[in-house]
Amino acid sequence: MDTTILLFLIQDGITNGAIYALLGLALVLVFAVTRVILIPQGEFITYGALSYATLATGQVPGTAQLAVAMGVVAFCLDLYTARKALRARVLLRAFVVDIVFPLVVFALTVLLAGRQNNIPVNITLSLLIVAAIGLFLYRIAFQPIAHTSVLVLLIASVGCHLAMQGFGLVFFGAEGLRGPAISDAAISIGQLRVSGQSLVVYGITAALIVALWLFFDFTLYGKALRAMAVNRLGARLVGIRTSLSGQIAFLLASVIGAISGILIVPITTLYYDTGFIVGLKGFVAAIIGGLISYPLTAVAAIVVGIVEAFSSFYASNYKEVIVFTLIIPVLVLRSLAAPEVEEEKD
Amino acid sequence: MTAPLLSVSGTSISYGKVEAVRSVSLDVNANEIVTIVGANGAGKTTLLNAIMGILPQHGRITFDGIDLAALDIEDRVASGLSLVPEHRELFGTMSVEDNLLLGAFRIPKATAAKSFERVYALFPRLKERRTQLAGTLSGGEQQMLAMGRALMGEPRLLMLDEPSLGLAPLIVADIFKIIGELRAAGVSVLLVEQNAKAALQIADRAYVMELGAFILDGPAQAISADQRVIASYLGFQHASASGI
Repeated sequence: MDTTILLFLIQDGITNGAIYALLGLALVLVFAVTRVILIPQGEFITYGALSYATLATGQVPGTAQLAVAMGVVAFCLDLYTARKALRARVLLRAFVVDIVFPLVVFALTVLLAGRQNNIPVNITLSLLIVAAIGLFLYRIAFQPIAHTSVLVLLIASVGCHLAMQGFGLVFFGAEGLRGPAISDAAISIGQLRVSGQSLVVYGITAALIVALWLFFDFTLYGKALRAMAVNRLGARLVGIRTSLSGQIAFLLASVIGAISGILIVPITTLYYDTGFIVGLKGFVAAIIGGLISYPLTAVAAIVVGIVEAFSSFYASNYKEVIVFTLIIPVLVLRSLAAPEVEEEKD
Repeated sequence: MTAPLLSVSGTSISYGKVEAVRSVSLDVNANEIVTIVGANGAGKTTLLNAIMGILPQHGRITFDGIDLAALDIEDRVASGLSLVPEHRELFGTMSVEDNLLLGAFRIPKATAAKSFERVYALFPRLKERRTQLAGTLSGGEQQMLAMGRALMGEPRLLMLDEPSLGLAPLIVADIFKIIGELRAAGVSVLLVEQNAKAALQIADRAYVMELGAFILDGPAQAISADQRVIASYLGFQHASASGI
């Protein structure tokens, strides 16, 4: 193998790995805070990517309507929960978050789609749509069962994934879409040509990781989320709501998923169901990180990306097999090394 | 007499078919230290957990005149009720300061700054260790941190579950001294203790719990002098010291 190919594969691997790192971090975050293994992460990727690609063609993506519909359901649930003690402040908050927010996003989408084709505006709209969906997904599917076992949450998670994938097919059709690149520039370092899109991927990944670090280490809400991850009862006893921390975690995860999708849709054609496989690779990284460690997850994600790049070069038919097989020795090693942990109840 | 701050009436708590607490009633007034003493397994912790909303109960519990039935744990915290649980439930991988900061999660930032001063004045040890991770503190320091974290939220009633558990006698004395000081600061205390002697010394009133029910209640001094309490909880030494 010559150096050019080697460098090219490594670069390709790091680009993919950076995306898997984001997804892996989101998975670890959601699991730590809510104990949900976020299978629908893949749909956040698809929804973000395909909403962005649809907006680029000047149409309104169906996800904008879905956000409004989910908001209405979430509002009904909020009303039902608050029925015993109807307080104006609680109702107002629910109305603003569940009804006004998705409606404003929908109105903006209808207003702006087709009139212009501005990449930052399309990105912002896609992120807002997916953020709303992520928030309401937690409210509708997970908040009512937040205190059940990890297994029940996992089953709900699989259900959400299947339902959202179905909606994806309805909204975006079976045809794949590609979105416009954020940057068309390219730089050459010796024989290696690095595309602007790859640089954008590195830049945004790094920026998001720094932003997450700042959020968790220096803000009250970030610390509250960590507290919820460390000790759920302790967090509730100081008045941190599981519902609030769950919503923030899902909001962050959905935005991270959507950003990942928007970053890859200019590189590869995405279909309504592609997100799942991409999300699973982030999941492999998260598993290697034990669903606990953020740095280990990030490093593992880069390894997953590089392994994927090399296996697609040498044995492209077995690319996915090789990547997912990585998880087996890791699980074996981890189960040997880790003491038995009883599932936390609350 | 004004209405009690906390009023529990006819509360029963069950674990499945087993009734752990049977129709108990209890009051805590403002600026009062009330203790519940009793043997291991009498239902003391269960009762505190039910008051806090961690366990479901049958009966009526009001705090400051408000029925708590519709309120979850977080709402109860916001209304001024706070529990320091038996296992302390600290955020072990976070610093002492962050633990305290989160204790003030529900109150405005400006008030939180004052709370820090107050808590550090009560527990100077915590100030020395403020950058240390909570999980690396000694048992006594962890208990102080758990109490400090609860006090950061400016509760009006602090419920303490076995604060002396597993601590060295000197530290226990320290902690009980601080509990006594809380009353002066306007915080009422509901104290659950197996260390009946220490608890009865600082309490105003006491309830004695056995097998899920109160068998005795009254002023702490009268309870300390009760023959049954002396025999069961205070032991021979104390009895002879009191000249009985």
